[in-house]
Amino acid sequence: MENLQLIIPELFISIIIMFLLIFGVFKKNSSQLVYNLTTVSLVATLALIINLDTQIQSSLFNNSYNIDSLARFMKILLILSGIFVMLSSSKYIQINKISKIEYPILILCSILGMMVMISSNDLIVFYMGLELQSLALYVLASFNRDNLLSTESGLKYFVLSALSSGLLLYGCSLIYGFSETTNFNQIMVNTKEIEYGLTFGIVFILVGLAFKISAVPFHMWAPDVYQGSPTSVTVFFALLPKIAALTVFIRFLYIPFYELGDQWQMIIIFLSIASMVFGAVAAIGQKNLKRLIAYSSISHMGYALAGLSTGTIQGVQSSITYITIYLVMNLAFFSCLFMLKRNDKYYENIEDLSGLSKNHPLLSLSLLVVLFSLAGIPPLAGFFAKFYIFVAVINEKMYFLAIVGLLATVIAAFYYLRIIKIIYFDPEKEKFESKHNLGLKFTLVASTFFILVYFIYPSGIVDLISQININ
Amino acid sequence: MNFPILSSLILLPTIGALFIFFVRSSNSQYQSSKYVALFITLANFFLSLYLWIIFDKSIVDFQFVEEREWISGFVNYKVGVDGISILFILLTTFITPICVITVNATIKNRLKDFLIAILILETFMIGVFCSLDLVVFYLFFEAGLIPMFLIIGIWGGERRVYSAFKFFLYTLLGSVLMLVAIISIYWITGTTDVIKLYELGIDVKYQNLLWLAFFSSFAVKTPMWPVHTWLPDAHVEAPTAGSVLLAAILLKMAGYGFIRFSLGLFPDASLYYVPLVYTLSLIAIIYTSLVALMQEDMKKLIAYSSVAHMGFVTLGIFTMTQQGIEGSIFQMISHGLVSAALFLCVGVVYDRLHTRLINRYGGLVSIMPKYAIVFMVFTLGALGLPGTSGFIGEFLVLMGAFKKNILVATIASLGVILGAAYMLWLYKRIIFGKLINEDVKKMVDLKRFEIVTLWLLVLPIIFFGFYPEPLINSIEVSVANMIDMNDLDKINKLALGE
Repeated sequence: MENLQLIIPELFISIIIMFLLIFGVFKKNSSQLVYNLTTVSLVATLALIINLDTQIQSSLFNNSYNIDSLARFMKILLILSGIFVMLSSSKYIQINKISKIEYPILILCSILGMMVMISSNDLIVFYMGLELQSLALYVLASFNRDNLLSTESGLKYFVLSALSSGLLLYGCSLIYGFSETTNFNQIMVNTKEIEYGLTFGIVFILVGLAFKISAVPFHMWAPDVYQGSPTSVTVFFALLPKIAALTVFIRFLYIPFYELGDQWQMIIIFLSIASMVFGAVAAIGQKNLKRLIAYSSISHMGYALAGLSTGTIQGVQSSITYITIYLVMNLAFFSCLFMLKRNDKYYENIEDLSGLSKNHPLLSLSLLVVLFSLAGIPPLAGFFAKFYIFVAVINEKMYFLAIVGLLATVIAAFYYLRIIKIIYFDPEKEKFESKHNLGLKFTLVASTFFILVYFIYPSGIVDLISQININ
Repeated sequence: MNFPILSSLILLPTIGALFIFFVRSSNSQYQSSKYVALFITLANFFLSLYLWIIFDKSIVDFQFVEEREWISGFVNYKVGVDGISILFILLTTFITPICVITVNATIKNRLKDFLIAILILETFMIGVFCSLDLVVFYLFFEAGLIPMFLIIGIWGGERRVYSAFKFFLYTLLGSVLMLVAIISIYWITGTTDVIKLYELGIDVKYQNLLWLAFFSSFAVKTPMWPVHTWLPDAHVEAPTAGSVLLAAILLKMAGYGFIRFSLGLFPDASLYYVPLVYTLSLIAIIYTSLVALMQEDMKKLIAYSSVAHMGFVTLGIFTMTQQGIEGSIFQMISHGLVSAALFLCVGVVYDRLHTRLINRYGGLVSIMPKYAIVFMVFTLGALGLPGTSGFIGEFLVLMGAFKKNILVATIASLGVILGAAYMLWLYKRIIFGKLINEDVKKMVDLKRFEIVTLWLLVLPIIFFGFYPEPLINSIEVSVANMIDMNDLDKINKLALGE
């Protein structure tokens, strides 16, 4: 009998999903209640995960499902982001009339899929988790179905994502064909020598994964989907799938194919450089904040990949640190976006921020902190994120990658500065509403505060992450 | 010594800024926030003065060293001062209150935010001068960009956006290579602690590249020709207080960095690149002096003169002689005082006439005699007349240069003449001549707070011109130690084939 205790959080979410579905159908006008219940159940899940015995490192179901320190940390990150996303976007979905019972349930489904992905130690389990999260995301992207952009973004995401899933599945089958197993550990044992088919398999899977984290050249969907989806879904897109996909990246590269580092290292370096540079350059001309943050997140994923490309445990840890800080920064940014509301209409163009600092000094200050942090200017948290990455990269003597990455930060600094310029230097416009719900305010204050004071005690997170080990 | 005096110096302005930030704003309380800022900066000045008094000038080691674990197992927060850095701290804490006083006339809107920016900037500037760890240094060095960007951008002139962006991006681009170099140093030697690095030394084969990486950052910040173009723009557009801080302190970070890191950590590479630095410095001295002659905008003229003066500084540092380095440090302190004063003088007339064009003025001597006197002192200080602090610095630098290379020293001396030319011509055009412009006739002489700030700057310029001993005393031991420690003399002699 398997030790089912270890997957209690997953089981709990599954039960909650079914319960809420039935509950929502039978009780009329319960969308807000379901939404709140979802938030509460996420908090409960978080407690369950934290409560798991941290000493045990074990695998379930014929070693296809891993509960280790990596999975635990990433799941905590995932659920925490989920909670904050729910807290900050509740008002938004009410005003935009997308507050339906399906919305929170789809979010839960997606989170469940991501949890499966994070723990997967087997190609089939991994694929199952991936599809569960993606299917929910397709629907979420087009959730505002009366809006043309939203529908378009959902369809676009669906078509492109299906293509990448196909490639990924093809890669899985190739790997299965050459290693006679789907289990990650077993693959490592069975693939001591390099065969072309295997390399092809790796490449196909990397393409599929690169699509999920929107690394260049598989990024085409991101700007449209970010812009078209309702903002509450965009923030979800910007945060949670990245955590899951990055974890799979780590597992996939560092467990079955660690020995074949020379096969995948060049690919990751290419993805990383292309993302960093392209993301920085393409964002310069953007006028829509959501579209801009899409390019910015492409660029940020490039840095996270740079950490992975080192092939060292230190590199992996730096990537995890990076993604942690990235999550907080994006959360803060989107919280600010949720505050740009006037007469029940949300504004999302850069021009709308003009002269914001005169009417809303505190909101502008948060944006200032967040944007400088995204640009990686010390002493804000974003600088440390990049710093750890470059420490790991330079340790491996990959100077080219480091210098390109740093030059990309200078380019990127330009468009962040442009937003700051519009907020602080330009003439003021009409005021936005200044009343916001508590959850949103709390999210913004907490995340900005984190970014601002991170430098006082940077060891905290690093120590936590340095306990993660992979094998 | 248990009291963390350096950390207090660093933190005090930030605490003041937080205080101002949290006090509720209304127009009547603008004044009170100004007094808070003034109080905090003055307290910081006296604290640093106290530091200078109890500082033991005969010891070569770093004093008041504080060390605390920061990024575990990697970087420690480490601060300390030696005879060189203490002078720069003193300069910073002396100039900042003067900037706070000037906001009276120059800053019309959002005074509170301005004071917060200045106080935060002071924290970063002091941090730069006392950090003894490369990463901590980088952190403070870069962080200073944020408040300065806002100061230029929010309170600047017409082309403020362009200037602010140029300032920010130039400096950031220069510094990123330094970050690569700092991390590389960590992996080569296993530490970023400056004191340990002085002891360990860095392998010669890495030095040249690392030196270049540091140079790219400091050269932009100094600024050296040909990457100096951001400076005139930034100066022209920045408000008076911003220009003062930029000229007096931010530029000195680079000169300080050259001494502390380029010479201290990479002595062999420094020697290797001496011709490069000499060439760039000479071009800076001669070329930018000529450019300064052509300027029609007062602030631009002074900005170009700053580039020329900083050319003397880099020249002096890389003579690697006792006189040259001492002269450079002296020149930096002196230029910090003089250029700050000159920008204040420009600010005084700009507030009255709202133009910086030189040809709009003329004949001020008859209506603003008090102004004419102080402006003359600063003009003479800028051109290095004996009896002002400017002379000592230039003289020592040239002495060091003559020791090493007569040709270089001769060309540099030409720069002194050009300096006299553009400064005196500027003075002539503004102060003397006929009163043509009707608006100029309505101008009033210095107000009380202007008299206070300007005379506060006149005193040290003349005092140190006649009696440079206190400053020289303070840096002598540290400079000598730096030369001994890195065998700069020996390396020099080997290079000359003696």
